[in-house]
Amino acid sequence: MMDYISNTAAEKDKMLQEIGLKEVKDLFQMIPEAVSADERLNIESGISELELMRRAQLQAGKNKSLDQQISFLGAGAYDHYLPGIIDALISRSEFYTAYTPYQAELSQGTLEAAYEYQSMICDLTGMGIANASMLDGGSAAAEAVTMAARITGNSRVLLPDTVNPAYREVIKTYGAGAELEFVDLESKQQIINPAQIEKNINDQTAVVVLQYPNFYGSLEKMEEISKMIKNKKNTLLLVIANPILLGVLKAPADFGADIVVGEAQNLGNGLNYGGPNLGFMACKDDRRMLRQLPGRIVGKTTDVDGKEGFVLTLQTREQHIRREKATSNICTNEALNALMATIYLATMGKEGLKEVGEQCYHKAHYLAKKINGLSGFEVLNQDNFFNEFVLKSEKESTEVFEELLQEEIIVGYDLKNIGENGILVCVTEKRTKAEMDKLVEKLEVL
Amino acid sequence: MEEKLIKDYSSSGRKGYSLPPLEVEKSDLEAELTGYLRDDLELPEVSEVDVVRHYTALSEMNYGVDSGIYPLGSCTMKYNPKRNERVARIAGLTNIHPYQPEKQLQGSLEILYQLKLDLAEISAMDEITLQPASGAHGEFVSLMIVKKYFEEREENRTKVIVPDSAHGTNPASAAMAGFDVVEIASNERGMVDLEALAEALDENTAALMLTNPNTLGIFEEDILKITEMVHQAGGLVYYDGANMNAIMGYAKPGLMDFDLMHFNLHKTFSTPHGGGGPGSGPVGVKDFLAPYLPRPLLKKDEEKYYWDYQRPKSIGKVHSFYGNYGVMLRAWAYIKTLGGRGLKKTTENAVLNANYLKARLKKDFELPYAEDSLHEFVLSGSRQKEEGVSTLQIAKRLLDYDQYAPTIYFPLVVKEAMMIEPTETENIGTLDHFIETMLTISREIKEDPELVNKAPHSTTVRKLDETKAARNPDLHW
Repeated sequence: MMDYISNTAAEKDKMLQEIGLKEVKDLFQMIPEAVSADERLNIESGISELELMRRAQLQAGKNKSLDQQISFLGAGAYDHYLPGIIDALISRSEFYTAYTPYQAELSQGTLEAAYEYQSMICDLTGMGIANASMLDGGSAAAEAVTMAARITGNSRVLLPDTVNPAYREVIKTYGAGAELEFVDLESKQQIINPAQIEKNINDQTAVVVLQYPNFYGSLEKMEEISKMIKNKKNTLLLVIANPILLGVLKAPADFGADIVVGEAQNLGNGLNYGGPNLGFMACKDDRRMLRQLPGRIVGKTTDVDGKEGFVLTLQTREQHIRREKATSNICTNEALNALMATIYLATMGKEGLKEVGEQCYHKAHYLAKKINGLSGFEVLNQDNFFNEFVLKSEKESTEVFEELLQEEIIVGYDLKNIGENGILVCVTEKRTKAEMDKLVEKLEVL
Repeated sequence: MEEKLIKDYSSSGRKGYSLPPLEVEKSDLEAELTGYLRDDLELPEVSEVDVVRHYTALSEMNYGVDSGIYPLGSCTMKYNPKRNERVARIAGLTNIHPYQPEKQLQGSLEILYQLKLDLAEISAMDEITLQPASGAHGEFVSLMIVKKYFEEREENRTKVIVPDSAHGTNPASAAMAGFDVVEIASNERGMVDLEALAEALDENTAALMLTNPNTLGIFEEDILKITEMVHQAGGLVYYDGANMNAIMGYAKPGLMDFDLMHFNLHKTFSTPHGGGGPGSGPVGVKDFLAPYLPRPLLKKDEEKYYWDYQRPKSIGKVHSFYGNYGVMLRAWAYIKTLGGRGLKKTTENAVLNANYLKARLKKDFELPYAEDSLHEFVLSGSRQKEEGVSTLQIAKRLLDYDQYAPTIYFPLVVKEAMMIEPTETENIGTLDHFIETMLTISREIKEDPELVNKAPHSTTVRKLDETKAARNPDLHW
């Protein structure tokens, strides 16, 4: 057993004497017997580091990780290349063992990195303001929807089924708290027909949500839909963007987005079974929006000697100042994950991010063409897709999924999990030609 | 600024990355994606060495628990064990996708299940969700559970009662769940005023949110009376687990008759705070509230672990996947390392350390509440304020002595508050050093108040202009 306590028995006695007590248990005299856990906590005895590592390795051995098979899984969590310097740098304990930078003068490292992160998110999205991070993509989307409702004073939300189903569920959970009204729009695994937006948008509509590219990998008719929204005075466009593709894809701001959010796990963060992830949030440079933006924001200022430095700013939006009138309850965010994304973006630069996006595109389209050449299989996406697509088969999707699993291939996300037929296949720059050819070869003989 | 921005290292054409060559034929991307392409990205162009040196320089302008004492009250800034970091970097546990089949992930699911069982044992709660990604997220989940529970019962309860000493997240979470917040004052001993509570309770009361010990570090000795009063009014009682480090092995929220609660794995269970996150805020409930927990819920069926999505009464999801798994791995490693006895010893030493600090500081700084306290306590800088120096400046002066400052101006019920929580992982040596520094500052205020008022002097930047930052926001380059 190891407990990280370094006071010796003699030191404890000395401290107790200073306090004026005899025994440690006297410190707890005020706790009524009825609520005390008078028996020992029924948790097994502590173990050494050696035993702990053995036990953890044993558990790892019961898993089958992505290192042991070929994976085309995406659907909101993405397997991209992680430059080695990220873990090396965030392992510096001055970063990872620090708290929220409330004492700015002793936290300039965290603050300056967050300012850089906000700058890079603004660059990617084309927006004027970004906050210092949200808990994950789903909750960022949900908080953006409630933010839009506060800004517009409206409560009607248009929610296409081309938005990630997990996000839709999170949005609706938050929406139940804020008492919003949702209008679900159906696409049948394609893109949303702009006519459906036209039909359902009205003066009470707070926000239209679009995912870019959408859950099924396709690009929505962004321009056309955006124009419809701009015709409404009090309706906002919320775009849920995939940030790693924004090295190639046009910035959401250029389609008239008012708020842009998304999951930035794919910027230098590993998979980690879906968490910790990194929600990002950006909005137009507009005072009315800024006042309603949730989360921490870092700003540049000067010290008493005129030297530039960074602080947490605009905190009157936040819960520790505004309590029940705050824009959100968010306190802890994903600062370290944002640092990882910042280091990733700095390392890749504009050329690297572009190359990642292009490789994803070319590889996904290579695989899609091969699949379209097979009998019994086809790619469903009829409109532009980027690097995810829906594989349709004559066989039940679950059968295809399970048979390929035997061949050490996870072909993608079985849409049966959300009550639909098909498999959502994702190709990142990490997949090799050999891996894709193996998938095609196995599909051919299924 | 001490270290220029990464973009200022940029040089056109410089590269810090390499990818394998593309082995497949190219599609006609330009033609296929007409109208969807950009060429206006401005990310920095820097080398790997530039990146490494820049972020190393930034880290040197930071202060973590590994740098020294971090006595932020209610934040439980204890040492973050290195072995936890090792566990959280085992590829077999981390290079896994959230949508892999459960049969491929039994090792990880078993870890999460063990964590659930241990949290249930520590708290005397019956069922646990690990999905919330922070403490505030856990509060929101809890209040949505309260809301759903009363909706099911067709009771229109709109009010949530929050003591004035509560964390700001409490009223904010209640408001997000659509409740009206009713604040009640504490009594002169720093505890819930039973009369004020009785007055606030009625047929519209949905819940009382409480942390115990409260933010003054004081244990609500009438806790059973409080929970009984709320229950008699038909309401539920929610426990804010921010202060669990004070009671492990000595008291359990479930035995205090709380109905639901959240934990902060990044406080009590030693996971690092990362400069503001990630955290993890699991929620525990009594059996009758288990149907409302977020989807999916981790279950065990004979020897198989699985996610149960068939939960018709669930409040829904609050996270895209299952929560902050990487943080859970570290908390699991911590609990396994300490065991039940180690956790209890942790609480004992956290309380001993806090009481030792209090005993030695209360002569020179005002102690507004004389009640016995547990893992943290609150001093007031009001005497020093009279001498011309605010609590803010005491905090800034501490930075000159290479120590982090306590939480200041919170809880709101104390003027010039300094909320101090040393945690169990400090020893008498670092505590004495902190005490001596505080006493030195107290002396400096008498002898040379300007010295303290102009602090900090020795940090990489001196006191920053927050008003300017808010008035003329400069939020990106």
